[in-house]
Amino acid sequence: MSDTQAPIPSLADRVRPVSAGAPVVGVHFLGQTPVFVLGEEALLFAENSERRVNAHAGAILSSASDGERIITGGDDGTLVETRADGARRPLASDDKKRWIDQVALGPEGAVAWSAGKTAHVRTNKNELRAFEAPSTVAGLAFAPKGFRLAIAHYNGATLWFPNAAGARPERLEWKGSHLGVTVSPDGKFLVTCMQEAMLHGWRLADAKHMRMSGYSARVRSLGWTADGKFLATSGSEQLILWPFDGKDGPMGRQPEIRARAEARAGVVACHPRQPVVAVGYADGAVKLVRVDDDALILARQADGQPVSAIGWDSTGQTVAFGTESGDAGVLAL
Amino acid sequence: MATPDAASKIPVTVLTGYLGAGKTTLLNRILSEPHGKKFAVIVNEFGEIGIDNELVVNADEEVFEMNNGCICCTVRGDLVRIIDGLMRRKGKFDAIIVETTGLADPAPVAQTFFMDEAVGAKTKLDAVVTVADAKWLTERLKDAPEAKNQIAFADVILINKTDLVTPEELRELEARIHALNPYARLHRTERAKIDINEVLGRNAFDLDRILDIEPNFLEGEGHDHNHHHDHSDHDHGTHHHHHGNGLKHYHDEDMQSVALRTDKALNPDKFFPWVQDLVAKDGPNILRCKGILAFKDDPERFVFQGVHMILDGDHQRPWRADEQRDSRIIFIGRNLPEDKIRQGFESCIA
Repeated sequence: MSDTQAPIPSLADRVRPVSAGAPVVGVHFLGQTPVFVLGEEALLFAENSERRVNAHAGAILSSASDGERIITGGDDGTLVETRADGARRPLASDDKKRWIDQVALGPEGAVAWSAGKTAHVRTNKNELRAFEAPSTVAGLAFAPKGFRLAIAHYNGATLWFPNAAGARPERLEWKGSHLGVTVSPDGKFLVTCMQEAMLHGWRLADAKHMRMSGYSARVRSLGWTADGKFLATSGSEQLILWPFDGKDGPMGRQPEIRARAEARAGVVACHPRQPVVAVGYADGAVKLVRVDDDALILARQADGQPVSAIGWDSTGQTVAFGTESGDAGVLAL
Repeated sequence: MATPDAASKIPVTVLTGYLGAGKTTLLNRILSEPHGKKFAVIVNEFGEIGIDNELVVNADEEVFEMNNGCICCTVRGDLVRIIDGLMRRKGKFDAIIVETTGLADPAPVAQTFFMDEAVGAKTKLDAVVTVADAKWLTERLKDAPEAKNQIAFADVILINKTDLVTPEELRELEARIHALNPYARLHRTERAKIDINEVLGRNAFDLDRILDIEPNFLEGEGHDHNHHHDHSDHDHGTHHHHHGNGLKHYHDEDMQSVALRTDKALNPDKFFPWVQDLVAKDGPNILRCKGILAFKDDPERFVFQGVHMILDGDHQRPWRADEQRDSRIIFIGRNLPEDKIRQGFESCIA
């Protein structure tokens, strides 16, 4: 409060506003088209004209994209694929109409999703595989190499090899409820977000534990910087970056801290090519943060609407974001 | 805490009760009343009776320990997930009802609303409503610790199927419930027929509403303000006797309540360390607590309530001139060290 910081440079007036009109729960780009995943039913394609594409008969619980399609899981028990032309295709439905809680996209068109304790994979050869987790699946992520799916659940995470029939899934144990999972781009580390305000990590070579704590809230958003050196995370009144550049990852090291703010960071999205992170705050501000020197650019003014989703296009030329209250915008850099 | 946006939070009512007591009957009754409200209903996956409601979610009652070494700080992991999902449909419902299985412990359900920030920011626990079977509850209190938990934890208790018992049996049962949980509102029902305003919108966990919604709470210990009670002496040979404070004590009960009261002002510098130490040590055995406190030289009433080790407290309002500045606390729990608690409380007098 005391140090009167110079106002940071702003590009907020160059943002193309998009009226989502519903909570934005995800942002993806299909080619150059920003697509906002809404809390209920629809995807909003925000080209020059806006177009709503209905995907679900109810809430949309999770989404993922590979740039050519978006897959969504809904509380209507269906897994839906939507392509750039708006074509909608149901990929799977739960036979008990249970919620499709988690989705992930993998190499060569593989798709993963979960309903309750069951994680499903459809391989690039259209084969279906299923894995029963010890408790409800709370996070899914494909490892960058090989055909492995990381599954977060109560008391740890599991690395499952859907194509290796008979191979025992690798169980990584740590007490507590793990609510999200990611694997480092080099495939050496697996990190989960926990119910508590902390992350837990394992070095996969020897299952050595890493505890990453100090947050003021549960970490709900994380991502790897383009160079793979840092894991960027929400959950604090600043951007927290854990160093993963050495063989020991963040073990025995302090995180880097950027973009200190009054409000809590709720969403982070890493630039696809440069060490830049877009951070969305609970007060509505979106800042672009250069990791090297903490240079900041304001992309959205604080207005009290918590930022709920941010996404970059594949080149990093455009960033799009949305709020819990249904406001959204697209900023071409 | 009483935040400005408390009114915008979605109220959550928890329905508990042992198997066959009539939970689902009550639930369907609530849903079918012409109240114009829309509910999201979270039911357990073993429910067999159909629920006639648009928004029904099946839960699997996953009780998760928080990773902080405190065994009683458990939450319902499925509720964290389901409420997060439901809030995407905010505007489609006015309130949430959670129906638990007959064997569920209500504490993890309640604690979820205090332990998970995201859940607590968007929803508020309204009340724990327990449906009890008038004919079988006495037996269940002996052989089913879950049934006892559900009674002890409740804010509202429906004694259902009263047509199946005699008036004497009913009075005895009410006295017994009252000994376990003196502050719950008791209602006699048949086929769970009740005015839903007695079940919903109770604000039982709202500090601002402590006492205002329970004008009889702890007042006049030794009296019973429930109009169904007559407190006639029981002469049918059950194993009990009256304590001086009027709460009946059953020797076969490990669950009981301890009510404390003083008209002398308390010293906050003594009280807070004492109560925090008490819930840290005895929290696993303390199901619920509530209190109104008069601190020395403090013009405002301090109120608090707690679930196991979680305490929530705040100044509520100025003491009124015509009001007795008493401090009153009640603990409900299992094997409570009553003498130690009383001595500790008295040592907090300023």
